[in-house]
Amino acid sequence: MSRTKSAFLPLFVLLIFRREKKFDCMATTKMTTATGQFGDRAFKWLTLAMAFAVFVLIALIGYELASGSHLAMQKFGWRFLISSDWDPVNDIYGALPVIFGTVVSSLIALIIAVPISVATAVYLTELAPLWLRQPLIMFIELLAAIPSVILGFWGLSVMVPWLHAHLFPAMRGTLGFLPLFKGPDYGPCILAAGMILAIMIVPIITSVSREILRSVPGLQREAAYALGATRWEVTRIAVLSYAKKGIFGAVILGLGRALGETMAVTLVIGNIAQIVPSLFSPGATLASTIANEFTEATGDLYYSALFELGLVLLGVTLVVNIFAQLLLKTFAGPSVKPQN
Amino acid sequence: MTAPNHNWRQFKDVLMRVITFACAILVVTPLVLVFYHLLKEGFTSINWAFFTQLPKPVGEIGGGMANAIAGTFILLGEAALIGVPIGVLGGVYLSEYGGSKLNWWIRFAADILNGVPSITWGIVVYGLLVAPHLPGFSALAGGVVLGLMMIPLVMRTTEEVLQLVPAGYREASLALGIAKWRTIVQIVIRTALKGIVTGVLLALARVAGETAPLMFTAFGNLGWARKLTEPIAALPLQIFEYAKSPYDDWRRQAWAGALVLLLLVLAINIGVRFLTRDRFKAKI
Repeated sequence: MSRTKSAFLPLFVLLIFRREKKFDCMATTKMTTATGQFGDRAFKWLTLAMAFAVFVLIALIGYELASGSHLAMQKFGWRFLISSDWDPVNDIYGALPVIFGTVVSSLIALIIAVPISVATAVYLTELAPLWLRQPLIMFIELLAAIPSVILGFWGLSVMVPWLHAHLFPAMRGTLGFLPLFKGPDYGPCILAAGMILAIMIVPIITSVSREILRSVPGLQREAAYALGATRWEVTRIAVLSYAKKGIFGAVILGLGRALGETMAVTLVIGNIAQIVPSLFSPGATLASTIANEFTEATGDLYYSALFELGLVLLGVTLVVNIFAQLLLKTFAGPSVKPQN
Repeated sequence: MTAPNHNWRQFKDVLMRVITFACAILVVTPLVLVFYHLLKEGFTSINWAFFTQLPKPVGEIGGGMANAIAGTFILLGEAALIGVPIGVLGGVYLSEYGGSKLNWWIRFAADILNGVPSITWGIVVYGLLVAPHLPGFSALAGGVVLGLMMIPLVMRTTEEVLQLVPAGYREASLALGIAKWRTIVQIVIRTALKGIVTGVLLALARVAGETAPLMFTAFGNLGWARKLTEPIAALPLQIFEYAKSPYDDWRRQAWAGALVLLLLVLAINIGVRFLTRDRFKAKI
């Protein structure tokens, strides 16, 4: 079957087109009209161009952030990452305090969220009675749908005052010998931010872990039952150990979300860029600093420093997300759905 | 004869059920609490003026968020204009065409984009449209940022639902001599239309609550935006502004705004569940 018409297309078009030929053979019967062929080609290229938008967007994000932070990079170089002065008044910028705040609040979130989410995922796939599963899953999906700003506002007006009045004094009483739980608390603080973050990443870790657990082959379970294991022993021996890697991927995905979360954190963290051991003291994260200071920034260098914070944030979340995607893809093939 | 540790094993089984059940309850608790407080605080603050009036200056009691509610819908409309065509057609490519290697990369890139923090999108579009004054802080820039965020979301859900269409449908159509692109448009997309619409609505619900990207693009506006090149108010932005203010009346309005926004988002989320009570249900 000769397709001389391809000749008027640019060379690269021809090359890619050739590769598709055997795939198209079935569709292209003798009856196919010339307009059909043109339509086929045009439609395919149209959709391909749209699909390529994802690469364009990644390039755009990288380019904008790099060019925006050019000035700060030139001025501070690598010191930007290790200097602990964030001092807009004197036009000196170092990202360490906000990187510290980002890492600490995300770690707190993981410590709280991981055991709870994995246990919930286990309950939902292995242990819960069938009638209870669907409603619980729906509730968890709705929790994921709550806009970040609403959760932050709730955190600021309800959760933080409650923590200040009840939980924090109790923690100081029992764990006060640790420097982590010393010092005065005014309300908004890193610990509160970690807790809000935990609420936000629980749905993600739970639903991805649930997908992972569901993809564990039934034979695994049956084999363990055949050996006389109880329901929990089946879960522990046959299911959890099999799904370890995938669950780890789910956790890393949650971490990626926690690192970049903005509005809820901005409202409850207190927004003071500092490095202090006490979790009761206010802090700031990469995202919350950008959110707070961007519209008020004066001077090119200040803007540029904020862009560089954005670049650091993008770099960290990209690494974490790529790692998570690779873990999930190697575990379950392409069938694990994207997490929104 | 039971083994000596039989009781202990049984006990552990029950214990783990109780513990994991408690965790599940713990997970659902914040949802219930947020809902409870929003209803308690927000319901008393919602009145007719909230939906029909503009925000009042500091010190004056009353006013509403009419402009912010309208602004959110305008921004969503713009976002859909950008995000839906690109996302759906890209999803068609992923599902219907392409070598598996290229598709792997596109999928991977889309998943990575889904993980890009929303604040990052905000400063990117700020650098792209706002800083060079094309056209500066505006409804247009706000729509663009939400639209771009929708692209990878819509692309992936579209691909998922298109792949649920049985291969036999395509083969039957092709066997009748219908061109492949018409097969896709008239058979495949039509079969999966409900699922695609669901994906689009969920993506809209997701970006409807986004605040961070709008701060540097749509910017917010205390009055009406008359043109798309002017800054525009949006519900999440207004909630954020009022949430961090020290004035009781503004915080009262923030509760009302949060309740309206949450109801909007949840209505879409619950609505699509009823819309898709068929085979697409499991996937989305």
